[in-house]
Amino acid sequence: MTNIREVSVDELRHLVSERALQGETMLLNMGPQHPSTHGVLRLLLELDGEIVVNCIPDIGFLHTGVEKSMESKTYQKAEVMTDRLDYLNPIGNNLVYCLAVEKLLDLDVPPRAQAIRVILAELTRIGSHLLWLGTSALDLAAMSVFLYTMREREKILDIFEMVSGQRMMTTYIRPGGLWRDVPVEFEDAVYKFIDELPREIEKYHDLLDENELFLDRTKGVAVITKEECLAYGVTGPVLRAAGMAYDIRKAIPYSGYDQYDFNIPTRTEGDVYARYAVRMDEMDESLKIIRQALDKLPYGPVRSNNRKYVPPPRSEIGVSMEALIHHFKLWTEGFYPPRGSVYVATESPRGELGVFLESDGSPKPYRVHYRTPTFANLQVMPILTRGQFIADVVAAIGSIDIVLGDADR
Amino acid sequence: MDEKMRTVVEGLQSRFNLDVQEFRGEVTLIVPPEHIVSVAQSLRDDYGFEQLVDVTAVDYFPQLEPRFHVVYHIRSLAQTLIICLRVPLNGNYPSVSTVEKVYPGANWYEREVYDMFGITFEGHSDLRRILMPYDWQGHPLRKDYPLGYEEVQFSFNIDEVLKRKLRPQE
Repeated sequence: MTNIREVSVDELRHLVSERALQGETMLLNMGPQHPSTHGVLRLLLELDGEIVVNCIPDIGFLHTGVEKSMESKTYQKAEVMTDRLDYLNPIGNNLVYCLAVEKLLDLDVPPRAQAIRVILAELTRIGSHLLWLGTSALDLAAMSVFLYTMREREKILDIFEMVSGQRMMTTYIRPGGLWRDVPVEFEDAVYKFIDELPREIEKYHDLLDENELFLDRTKGVAVITKEECLAYGVTGPVLRAAGMAYDIRKAIPYSGYDQYDFNIPTRTEGDVYARYAVRMDEMDESLKIIRQALDKLPYGPVRSNNRKYVPPPRSEIGVSMEALIHHFKLWTEGFYPPRGSVYVATESPRGELGVFLESDGSPKPYRVHYRTPTFANLQVMPILTRGQFIADVVAAIGSIDIVLGDADR
Repeated sequence: MDEKMRTVVEGLQSRFNLDVQEFRGEVTLIVPPEHIVSVAQSLRDDYGFEQLVDVTAVDYFPQLEPRFHVVYHIRSLAQTLIICLRVPLNGNYPSVSTVEKVYPGANWYEREVYDMFGITFEGHSDLRRILMPYDWQGHPLRKDYPLGYEEVQFSFNIDEVLKRKLRPQE
């Protein structure tokens, strides 16, 4: 055991300052089991008294080798693994994978399926932001917000259970459309939820906006500039809170986001409070998108009609020979996409979530790579925390909304 | 390829002699390993590609020349363009210069590629494993690395299984 510890200290020698080696500053290990690290993140902090001199994040505790496993499964079966990456954004992970497969196959998705995808993706965004709000407020000692947000998030999970039978690991979005159409009570349930949520969001504003303790812990803390965000590949609410109005839903619209009218909330301060404000406004914008999508939800099929890539509906299998053959072929062999590689990016609750997919013409993906927002955003932890108090490290981690399943894959 | 992209590609081609591929509207440039830093520098400074989105790699084992492609995605936020660069590397001691000086965000991505594929990035400030444990042997995303399964433990073979499991850490 002693051997291993010596090796790791030696490896970190170039990362800590001279003063640490002489024993003037203290090296403190925070995590991987610290409650404020939202999972299993280890931070090696170099401290001068209470001030952080340097912060070295250490990730990989939740590495599950998903990318390797996906290479050994057919395209349809590999999708099941994608839910498990970012467990607060399962629909978004399905969506980006399906968009990549559809781009590879050049497959069209019916408008009804696209609208339902948008509704569910925005519900996931609200659910993720609610959980973020609750937990990061809890880190800053505002206990009651957590209880309220978890209650509202439960309603979103109920909607997911209604459409897919699963609360979190839905695998509801499939290449070429959806698994099945939504049940009849779906629209009413979502209308009820989006009618109720604005009142709840008001409550969160009441609890936090003028809360002296919350403001002291968030304003001017863990500041990052726009230029640093761009250099380090930081995206999502962190980038928008630093003053750059960039949202992939607007810049490169997918799934018909260009049909909806919504704004990109931005702030210029780039501190923890700005990120809080951006995310709170994003929830309002998501509600707007959901309402527009529901109001003009088109009728029609929810799956592409291309039988070479998309399985036929159950009702056809009993009466059509071709349908039975297609079904059998698709689930035993899979489909054969053309050779080539594609990259598709979407806006997840945390930033740019992309999939790089390479095909060698066989039914199994040759290489799948998830470009995850948490991985990129976590990289700026040293910039966020340098010169801050150690207590503010907690606020900084909370404000970039990390999900370690997303970073470690 | 749209107009803005065509200017970028033609500008780069006139300086560096690069192959261009297009698939589903995505433009990929095949960049020789010695040019990657200057191409990245030129993309950032001359054409406004300010954000490095992603660095990853693909293993074409058993093909050895080239065995790996290191894949960079670089984005211009203002022009909403994304360009893909591929650097072919051969199988023996694959190594390429780091683009960390141009895009500081490449630090962790290159560590991940090093960890998963064993590709060395010359001049990298902190080339350690990032996802796998420090003392791990091998590079998991290489095609010649076995997928691996956990052996199932029963009461009759638990000693054997534990012995095999513990061996690498001794």
